Amino acid sequence: MRVGIGLPNTTPGADGALLLEWARRADGGPFSTVAVLDRLVYDSFEPFTTLAAVAAVTSRVRLATMIAIGPLRGTALLAKQAASVAAVAGARLTVGLGVGARREDYAVAGVDHRGRGTRLSEQLAYLRGAGERQFGPPTEGIELLVGGASGQALTRMARYADGYAHGGGPPRAFASAAVRARAAWSDLGRPGRPALWGQGYFALGDPERGSAYLRDYYAFTGPFAERVAAGNLTGGRAVRDFVRGYAAAGCDELILFPTVSDVAEVDRLAEVLSP
Amino acid sequence: MKVTVLGAGPAGLYLGILLKKADPRHEVTILERNAPDATFGWGVVFSEETLGALRDADPQSYLAITDTFARWDTVDIRYQGRLLRSRGHAFSAISRKLLLAILQDRCRELGVALRFGVTLDDPASLAREADLLVGADGVHSVVRRAHADVLVTSVEPQGCKYVWFGTDLLLDAFTFIFRQTEHGLFQVHSYPFDERTSTFIVECPEHTWRRAGLDRMNTQESIAFCEKLFADDLAGHRLLSNRSCWTDFLLVRNQTWHHRNTVLLGDAAHTAHFSVGSGTKLAMEDAIALTNALIREPDPEAALVGYELERQPAVERFQRAAADSAGYFARVEHHVDLEPVQFAFHLLTRSGRVSHANLAVRDPDFVRVLDSWFAGKATGRRAALAPAPLFAPLHIGEARLPNRIARTVDLEDMDSEGKLGADAEQEIAAATRSGAGLLLTGLVAVSLDGRTSPACPTLHDDTQIDRWRSVVDTVHRGGALVGIRLGHAGRRGATRPRAQGVDIPLSSGKWPLVSASAMPYAPFCARPKAADPADMAALRVAFTAAASRARAAGFDLLELDMAQGYLLASFLSPLTNRRTDGYGGALERRLRFPLEVLHDVRVVWPRDRLLSVRLTIADWSLRGLSADEGIVAARAVAAAGADLVHVDAGQSVAEDRPEYGRGFHTVLSARVRSEARVPTLVGGHLTTLDEVNTLVAAGRADLCLLDLAESELEQQIGEAEGARPRRKVPR
Repeated sequence: MRVGIGLPNTTPGADGALLLEWARRADGGPFSTVAVLDRLVYDSFEPFTTLAAVAAVTSRVRLATMIAIGPLRGTALLAKQAASVAAVAGARLTVGLGVGARREDYAVAGVDHRGRGTRLSEQLAYLRGAGERQFGPPTEGIELLVGGASGQALTRMARYADGYAHGGGPPRAFASAAVRARAAWSDLGRPGRPALWGQGYFALGDPERGSAYLRDYYAFTGPFAERVAAGNLTGGRAVRDFVRGYAAAGCDELILFPTVSDVAEVDRLAEVLSP
Repeated sequence: MKVTVLGAGPAGLYLGILLKKADPRHEVTILERNAPDATFGWGVVFSEETLGALRDADPQSYLAITDTFARWDTVDIRYQGRLLRSRGHAFSAISRKLLLAILQDRCRELGVALRFGVTLDDPASLAREADLLVGADGVHSVVRRAHADVLVTSVEPQGCKYVWFGTDLLLDAFTFIFRQTEHGLFQVHSYPFDERTSTFIVECPEHTWRRAGLDRMNTQESIAFCEKLFADDLAGHRLLSNRSCWTDFLLVRNQTWHHRNTVLLGDAAHTAHFSVGSGTKLAMEDAIALTNALIREPDPEAALVGYELERQPAVERFQRAAADSAGYFARVEHHVDLEPVQFAFHLLTRSGRVSHANLAVRDPDFVRVLDSWFAGKATGRRAALAPAPLFAPLHIGEARLPNRIARTVDLEDMDSEGKLGADAEQEIAAATRSGAGLLLTGLVAVSLDGRTSPACPTLHDDTQIDRWRSVVDTVHRGGALVGIRLGHAGRRGATRPRAQGVDIPLSSGKWPLVSASAMPYAPFCARPKAADPADMAALRVAFTAAASRARAAGFDLLELDMAQGYLLASFLSPLTNRRTDGYGGALERRLRFPLEVLHDVRVVWPRDRLLSVRLTIADWSLRGLSADEGIVAARAVAAAGADLVHVDAGQSVAEDRPEYGRGFHTVLSARVRSEARVPTLVGGHLTTLDEVNTLVAAGRADLCLLDLAESELEQQIGEAEGARPRRKVPR
C-alpha cells in the first residue's frame, strides 16, 4: 500500500505559501501522492487551481482530488481543468469525483441538486472521451476514481472509473466497502480489480485544534461531526495502527489529510511513517 | 454524575449496576412505567459469546444469572414428520422475569434508585434535570419518539405475524417446528428457559394468518387453535399466555443513538428479529459499552459518540443477519419440497452466520450426513464418506456437469470483426485448468450489430464454427463442459472494450442500435431504433442461426442472454419497454418476444444439451421489474424449455440501485429455485469454495459462478505453476 498526504486546502489559516511549501516537502518525503478536498461553502482553496500550482513545485508525487464535487462544475469546463492540470503535471493526475454531501454547495454554485448523479455519470463518460465535442488537452491518461457509498455510486465507479475513493472510517468499514467495490467491478464485467483508495485525518502537533476543525468542517452532518472528530489520528501509534489496518483491508493508496495548517505536520507524519 | 434511566428492562437495569460499580458516587435513578414483577414474554436466549462479556462486567450478577440458566447445544428441527438434530450450537436461556429480578436485586444492593409505576411523558424535562438521560424504554421508546427527527428513526414491520407463548412442555433443545395446514405453513421457535417452562413462539405469513381466521380470534381461541395445531409436539402440554397476542415484529433503526445528553440503549435504539435470538444480548452489551465509554471519556458527549462508534457496526451486522433470517422465515413456505436434511441445513445457514465450513467444525456428524446425502442424490450411490457438495456432479436431464463450479471466460480481447484471436485458446486452456466443471463464454453476439464492442466475439456466420469448435475441444480435453452465452447487446452496443470503462460509445466505426424502445442507455450513447416487426423477424433468424452454429461447434450448453439491459432484457423491463404493440405493457406481453426467441432456439438446440437463460430477476430500480415479476419470468422461461436459469439482476438501466456485497444474487437465486422450481446458476461475487458448498448444499443454487479474479486460490495456483499473472489492472 502507498501512503499519500493531504494538502491543508480546507483547514483554517492556510495560505498560498503554506500550500506550496507543504507540497514541496511532501514531494521530498516518503509520500506517494498529495491530495486535496473540495468544498465550496467553506474557507478553502479550489482543488484544480491548487493542484496546478502544486504541479509547478513538485516533480515526483501524484496529484489527486479526493474527491472533487464534479456536478458543481460544467462538464466541459471540468474536463478542461482536469486535462490542463494533467498536462502541466505530466501524467501525474488522479481525479476522484463524487456528488458530495452538501446541498448548500449546489445552491451557492447555482446548480440544481437534483439530477446530480446523472450529471456525474455524464462527466465521467466525457472524461473517458465520450461525446462528439472533445476539445483537448486530452483527458486520456487521467486516473479516475469515484467516491460514494450507494449502489448507484459503486455502479458509476465500476462503469467509468479506474478505482474507488472511500470516504473514511475505521479499517473495518473500508474492508466492507472494498468488497462492495470489487463486487460492482466484476458485475460490470471490468477486467482486473479496481484501485482502492482510502483516507483518514491526522493531527500530530495540535490535536485539539485539529479535532475542533473537524467538528466545524462536518457541522453540517449534525451528530456525525463528533464521530469524525473522534476518528482523528492524534498520535504516532494511532497513525501506524490505522495504516496497518488499511493495508490489511486491501487498500492500494491511503491518503492522510491534515487537520491543522502547520507545515511541520508533513515532517511529523513522515517521521511517524518511517520504519 | 446524575443519571436518569427510563425503562427497567435488562438494558436499563444492567446499566444502573455497571454505572454504580464504576463509581458509587453516580446518582442513578431508574424509572419504570410498570410494576416490578410485570413482564411480557417468557424466556430470553443468550449465546456463549455474550456470557464472557457479562462475566467480566459484573461477576456477581453473572453468577446469579448463569446459576438458573437452561443450557443446551442442540437445535431440533421437526419437519415432515422427521426430527433432525444438529449439535454444537451453544445456547443458554433464562426466564425474563427471573433475569429482571436478579438485576433489580443487584441494583438495590448497589444503591440504584428504582421507581416503578411512574408515568413517563416528558423526557425533555428529565434530560434538563440530569447529566445523562438514558432511553432504555424498549421498542416503543418515548425518549426516542421525543427526538425522532434528530435521531432519524425508522420503524417498520419485518417478517411474519407472530405470537409469544409459554408452555409447560420441557424441551432439551432449541426446537423449530414446521407444520403444513390447509391455510399455509406455520412454524414454531421454541426453547427451554427453566426447569418447568419453555418459550413457544408461533409464526406464519400474514396471508396464512388471515386464511386461518386468526385475525378474528381472541387470545383463548388463538391458544386453542395453536394447541390443536401443535398437539403432537406439545404431547398433552398447554400453551400459556402472558398478554400474548399476535403482532408484527418491528424493526427499529436510528441513524444516531444520542442527542445532547440523551442516549438510547437496547430495543429503543435498535431491534433484531427474534429468530436470531439476540435482543437481550445486544441490550446488555450496549450497557457495557456505554459504561466503558463513560469511564474512558471525561466529557459525556464524547463518551456518547464513542459508545455509538463502538456499538453501531456490531449492531448493524446483527441486523443484517437478522433481516436475512426474518426473510427466510417469511418465505419458508416455498421450501417445503426440500428433503429434510437439506431443509435443515438451509434453516441453519439462513442468516449467513453458519456456513458449511463452520458447521463442519460445530457438528461434523451433521455435515457428514449432509455431504453423504448430497453426493448420494447426485450420483445415485450412497456412501458414508462423501466429498464436499461442490464436488458432486450435477445432472440436469441428460446432461452431467462434473462439479458445481462455473466460471466465465470473457473473450473481449478479440481481433476485430468478431473473429476469435490467437489468445482465446490460451485463455480458455488456462481457465479449464482451474478445475471448474463448466466454462461459460462472455457475451457472444448473434450478429455483428449485436456486439457490445468491436472486440466482442460473434457467431454470426458459418466460417466461425471451426474456430469455436477448437475452443470446445480444448475445454473437453480438460474434462469440463463448455457453454456459450448468445445474445445481442441491443442499446448497449457499439461501445469501447471494457478495459477502459463500460458503455462508452465508439467515436468512429459505430453501427446502428436496436432495442425494445427508442431510449439511449447511458450518457452520450446513441438512441436505438425501437425494433419493428421486420427487425424482430431478423433477430429471431439471427438467434436461431447462431444457436445452430453453436450446436455444430459442439457446445454443451447454450445460454440465452436476457439480462443486463441487452436486447432481450430490454423487452422484459417496464423501464425500457414502452411499446404499445403486443410486445409491451403487462409482464406477459413484455415476455413475449424473449420467449419467442427462446422457443426458436429450443427447436434447433438438441434436447440432450443444456439450455440456460441468463435472466434479470429484478431491475433494482424504482418502478422497474420486481423480484416477484422476475420469478414469474423465471417460471415462464422454464416452461418454455430452459433447463437452467442463470440468476442476474440490475443494469437494465444505467442509474440503478444495486446492493453490492458478497453473494449479492444469492437471495434471488434461492427464491427462483424454490418459487419457480427451476435449477439455478448464480454468481454475484462468490469468492470462496465455502460459499459454494453452503449455497448448493442448502438448495439456494445448483451451480455457482466463482469470482475467480478475486480468489486468492487462483493466484496461489498461478504462482505455484509459474504462470504469468492474469490480473490486468488498468492504470
